[in-house]
Amino acid sequence: MALLEIENLHVEIDGKEILKGLDLAVNAGEVHAIMGPNGSGKSTLAYVLAGKQDYTPTAGEVRFDGKNLFAMEPDERAARGLFLAFQYPLEIPGVATMTFLRTALNAQRKKRGEAEFSTPEFLKKVREVAKKLEIDPEMLRRAVNVGFSGGEKKRNEILQMALLEPRLAVLDETDSGLDIDALKIVADGVNRLRGPGRSFIVITHYQRLLNYIVPDVVHVLSKGRIVKTGGKELALELEARGYAEYQEEAAA
Amino acid sequence: MNAMADVKVMRTAAETALAQEFAQARERLPGGAAIAEKRAAAFGLFAQEGLPHRRIEDWKYTDLRALMRDAKPLASPPDAAAKARAKTAGKLLGDVECRRLVFVDGAFVAELSDTAALEAGLTVGSLADALSGDDPALAEKLGKLAPASDVAVALNTALMGDGAVIRIGAGSTIERPLHLIFVASEKPAASFVRSLVVVEKGARVMLIESHEGPDGSDYQVNAAFELFVGDEAHVDHVKIIDEGSKALHVSTLAAAIGAKARFNAFTFTIGGAVVRNQLFLNFDGEDTVAGIRGATLINGHQHADTTLVANHIARNCQSREVFKSVLDGEAHGVFQGRIIVKPGAQQTDAKMMTRALLLSERAEADNKPELEIFADDVQCGHGATVGALDQELKFYLMARGIPAAEAEALLIQAFLGEAVEGIEHAGVREALMETIAVWLKARSPASAEVQHA
Repeated sequence: MALLEIENLHVEIDGKEILKGLDLAVNAGEVHAIMGPNGSGKSTLAYVLAGKQDYTPTAGEVRFDGKNLFAMEPDERAARGLFLAFQYPLEIPGVATMTFLRTALNAQRKKRGEAEFSTPEFLKKVREVAKKLEIDPEMLRRAVNVGFSGGEKKRNEILQMALLEPRLAVLDETDSGLDIDALKIVADGVNRLRGPGRSFIVITHYQRLLNYIVPDVVHVLSKGRIVKTGGKELALELEARGYAEYQEEAAA
Repeated sequence: MNAMADVKVMRTAAETALAQEFAQARERLPGGAAIAEKRAAAFGLFAQEGLPHRRIEDWKYTDLRALMRDAKPLASPPDAAAKARAKTAGKLLGDVECRRLVFVDGAFVAELSDTAALEAGLTVGSLADALSGDDPALAEKLGKLAPASDVAVALNTALMGDGAVIRIGAGSTIERPLHLIFVASEKPAASFVRSLVVVEKGARVMLIESHEGPDGSDYQVNAAFELFVGDEAHVDHVKIIDEGSKALHVSTLAAAIGAKARFNAFTFTIGGAVVRNQLFLNFDGEDTVAGIRGATLINGHQHADTTLVANHIARNCQSREVFKSVLDGEAHGVFQGRIIVKPGAQQTDAKMMTRALLLSERAEADNKPELEIFADDVQCGHGATVGALDQELKFYLMARGIPAAEAEALLIQAFLGEAVEGIEHAGVREALMETIAVWLKARSPASAEVQHA
């Protein structure tokens, strides 16, 4: 059984259908890349998996670890191991990053029936992860993402992922707005977490990120459906030829 | 039908009862001839105006005539049981080390208060004693700051029974905050307390006044606090309104602030059925820096009004006004803030921000910021917002595994934190944030209103 199974998923936003019968299965330990032109439904897929309001599934099924994902609140999905790295991470004035991280981690552990981390244990863990991602500890004392650069916000997403250790991480255009150095740091952060127990869905518009995070499977999403699936060479092919033929195919 | 012929004689039950109380009590209320005269004049204003109502602009959103159905009899001196219950009063502040001055039903209770080993420069006494002593200096200062035209203040002046009289001598630093604790007992009575605090030149003190009482008793409190802040003094004033669920609370802080002073005022409103919190602040001296802040956290049918007048009279003062309110259930929050810059107050730098967060569709916020500027070289501004919790932020928190109620609590704490962090005393700040956390825990999450995919 795949860790994530999506069958014939239809999703509407404000009455407009964005996903139109999407099928996808991700096994434990696999990295899937989803590529596609703007407006193909990539971010909609990310948000509907995480449980964002107003993203309404109208047909189809999504099972995460065999359970109906849509029966769970967003926090329950997270506690069961689903993580979304946001394309545009939000700023939360007045909430210290450390408070946010500890609240999130302990809420998940509590829901899973695990012991909450003590403050020293937690601090040690955060410092280790931050160091690997070259995040200045000073940033962790500030309010969540407030005054962070675009690159810092993306690294902060990866920090959260590393700390929360999800079973499935959805990276929504994590490469957008990153220079090459930041891209490498982020990719290293992801690669360190790769392993048999953890899967990734890497959503991107460009092939560049996939030089650093090498996927097992590449899908092309167009007009709300997966229109082609292949190996990592498919990404290179797309880079060379563009999305034009898929957009026409989907339209046809 | 007679009443319709002559509107002047139409009195509400509360107005009639207040007149009776004054008539019965005026002979035994403390003070000599000068004070009796002040009382009579103040009551005269009330007799003429009646209780303020919605057609009086400053009381538009807090129609006291409608909200005050009756007037309770003046509280009698507290008995042993009431005093015993008051022993645990002020616990909202947790373990903040303070010098406690306890008033039960408006009367100073020496045996519950800590008046031993006063720091050098500190004088503490009860208003009732001071009035009985017929001190001309007191009579001269009393009523100097509180606006005589305000009917709530006038009633206080007419009926004031007790309160604190405090002096901080020039240059003295009082390390322990002074905590004036006003506790109501079970009896549904009315108390009128008046405090007078003089902080002399260069002195430093933190003053905390807290008001509390039992839930379910519809007692009434009218508290006025006159505060003289001398030149170069550094004064923090924190008012905690934690009255019982049916209480009516009207309180006034009137302050005159000297030159090169630092002044911070904070009001925390969490309790009471009807609360009107008034601040009248005069910046009389140059180069003073002030922070005027408040946090209100109410639910059910609570009504809480903060009305502020910051009057810049002298030049080059800076004032920051930050008021945040969180309104749940069918609560009604009111903020009226007026910054006045007099012609001589050039280089005034005054900025007022008021924000209300509505946690329920039935809650109501009224915000009325005003600037009246008569000088031409000033920086003044105000902003007001009313809104619901940010669903995007809530989703971000939930997507990290934080349950809805906890996510909302974090966002609400952050929202109020912006005002609370203006309090310089870390212990007081933490005690208030803890009180906010407890309030939020007791609240049922609004997640039912939120749809999920």
